[in-house]
Amino acid sequence: MTEPQLLTTPERRPDTVSRARRVAGDRTEGQSYLEVKDLTVTFPTADGLVRAVQGLSYSLPLGRTLAVVGESGSGKSVSSMAIMGLHDPRSTRMTGSITVGGEEIVGMSPAELRKRRGVNAAMIFQDPQSSLHPYFTVGDQIIEAYRAHHRVSKRVARDRAVDMLGRVGIPNPRRRLDDYPHQFSGGMRQRAMIAMALVNDPKLLIADEPTTALDVTVQAQILDLIMELQQDFGSAVLFITHDLGVVAEIADDVLVMYGGRGVEYGRAESILGQPLHPYTWGLLESIPAVSGEPARLHPIPGSPPSLLALPSGCSFHPRCEFAGRVPGDACSVDLPDLVSRTEDTTRTSRCHLSDPAGIFATDILPRLP
Amino acid sequence: MLIYILRRIASAVSVVIVTLVASFGLFFIAPTDPAGTICGQRCTPERYADISASLNLDQPVVEQVGEYLKGLAVGRTYHSGGLAIECDAPCLGYSYTLGQPVTKLIGQALPVTVSIVLGGAVVYLIAGILGGIIAARRRGTYLDRLMVGTSLGINAVPYFVVALLVALYATFLPHAGYHPLLENPLTWAAGLLAAWLTLGLANAASYTRYARASMIETLGEDYIRTARAKGISERRVVYRHGLRAAITPIATIFGLDLAFQLTGAIFTEAMFGLPGLGVLTLRAFNQYDLPVLMGGVLVGSVVLVVMNLLVDILYTILDPRVRLG
Repeated sequence: MTEPQLLTTPERRPDTVSRARRVAGDRTEGQSYLEVKDLTVTFPTADGLVRAVQGLSYSLPLGRTLAVVGESGSGKSVSSMAIMGLHDPRSTRMTGSITVGGEEIVGMSPAELRKRRGVNAAMIFQDPQSSLHPYFTVGDQIIEAYRAHHRVSKRVARDRAVDMLGRVGIPNPRRRLDDYPHQFSGGMRQRAMIAMALVNDPKLLIADEPTTALDVTVQAQILDLIMELQQDFGSAVLFITHDLGVVAEIADDVLVMYGGRGVEYGRAESILGQPLHPYTWGLLESIPAVSGEPARLHPIPGSPPSLLALPSGCSFHPRCEFAGRVPGDACSVDLPDLVSRTEDTTRTSRCHLSDPAGIFATDILPRLP
Repeated sequence: MLIYILRRIASAVSVVIVTLVASFGLFFIAPTDPAGTICGQRCTPERYADISASLNLDQPVVEQVGEYLKGLAVGRTYHSGGLAIECDAPCLGYSYTLGQPVTKLIGQALPVTVSIVLGGAVVYLIAGILGGIIAARRRGTYLDRLMVGTSLGINAVPYFVVALLVALYATFLPHAGYHPLLENPLTWAAGLLAAWLTLGLANAASYTRYARASMIETLGEDYIRTARAKGISERRVVYRHGLRAAITPIATIFGLDLAFQLTGAIFTEAMFGLPGLGVLTLRAFNQYDLPVLMGGVLVGSVVLVVMNLLVDILYTILDPRVRLG
């Protein structure tokens, strides 16, 4: 199966810098469609309380893309599942507030959550191969999603599904509608997932690492498609990834998560251009360089913390090479607040270092490829 | 697809032929005296010769097999006490101990067994799969543990003990006995009810656990999360998306179980006095009634092979990746 032609022509695809500048320059703050305030998600288990997300706050207006970045277990997927109301209420404790389109999600009844799922917010997942039901045709699955929220005949829903498949760039959609997922290529499957997610015109699209399982060439096509559809629909996109290259490509804002907490938040260009948190530095340093001298990778030492027993103080301090530059034992005792530490009040970070910008300039920047 | 099925049918037929020839060899060429056994203690030389001749024991082995196959295809004539007995195709031979053509004996016994097994299957499939789904959805709760525990308990008890307990204690059930379905469906069902419940109960225990395991695995799949994210009802998620995928491995087990039960329903038949295939074959074994035994083996192998074939075809219907991939 060959990939369909790129929807966007090469010159239409903006390079990252100019896109970021354009966004920062000409786009004013829209209405915040998604508001997360002091969200805590915990799972009581036999081994103890798993603190998957703690004290998480951010907002996402329509028309903007927020990238949530972090390692596995940082809480990025759990928090997005919470927005969808996909957690099993019997095994999950949630406090704080999530509003989607002005409606409070935390504490909403399962039936009410179900009615809004796919309508207010829709989600696409990492692996389109396993996320589509292998025993139902692609059309079946899209039609089902539409008819779950619209009382329309099968024929109307079918036309709608054809329409959506066409919009996401699947050639010959009327015929491909009756194909099974295994007859689609990886990229086409993800396109079909996107068609299914957008079939009910949600104002918020949550994309949970949607390109991780795809070939690099296909990744770019899917990113383009998501950006293009976002502009067409004027929706908000919450993009979960651990790939800072993708972040540079698509994000307006970035939230870096570690151990269930937000550790750095701000405009994409400022976070990528001058990150202020040692964990973000670590993420930047661990990207392999494509050009220049072959060099050793710089992984972040250690491994992500157990959510059952987070380190005291700043959760990152056992892996932080700059913890020694903070006087006393503040790093291992006090949890720093997520507050603005520069003139730019839109960006916040959670670190005790007094001069992170200076350390970034002298210690980190020379190491980056 | 068609070629696949034709190829499977060809291989199925060859398996049956091999089984036929092999069992023929085992029973007829073995160093035994089938004619003498059939003839009994007060055997006259004439009758002995009669039986020997009709079993073709006086002929070379190849011709014996040939006669048998010919009988299957076009029928043959047997002689007993000077009488000529026509045995129409498909002729499986003639039982001298019962004085009946084997085809007729099996024709009477097979509907009994099929009735028992299919009726029991309805009971255990419904109970087992529903039970498995309930247990899977409430995984880890007391209800789940109770169901798994009960199921293990039932499985730990030998099947004939389960049958015996039902026969002893479920006295409120109608009297067991076989009445042909076409005569009166109500008495047919009433007479088989006890057997159905026994077979159903014993197997529902296993199927609860199969269905539970299959369902738990399926409900953890990414596409179930996708289905939930669409905002469809939880019931639809479980019964349409979950069960649709979870049923495939159960169908495989079911096909093989069904074949096994059709050829091995002997406990159920014996316990409830139902004149099925198992009872017929066991009697033939005890009396060394070779033609009946051969017939039983042949029917059994056909059932097994056909069920395997059906499972394979069913698989291509259940899983589109097999169908088109």
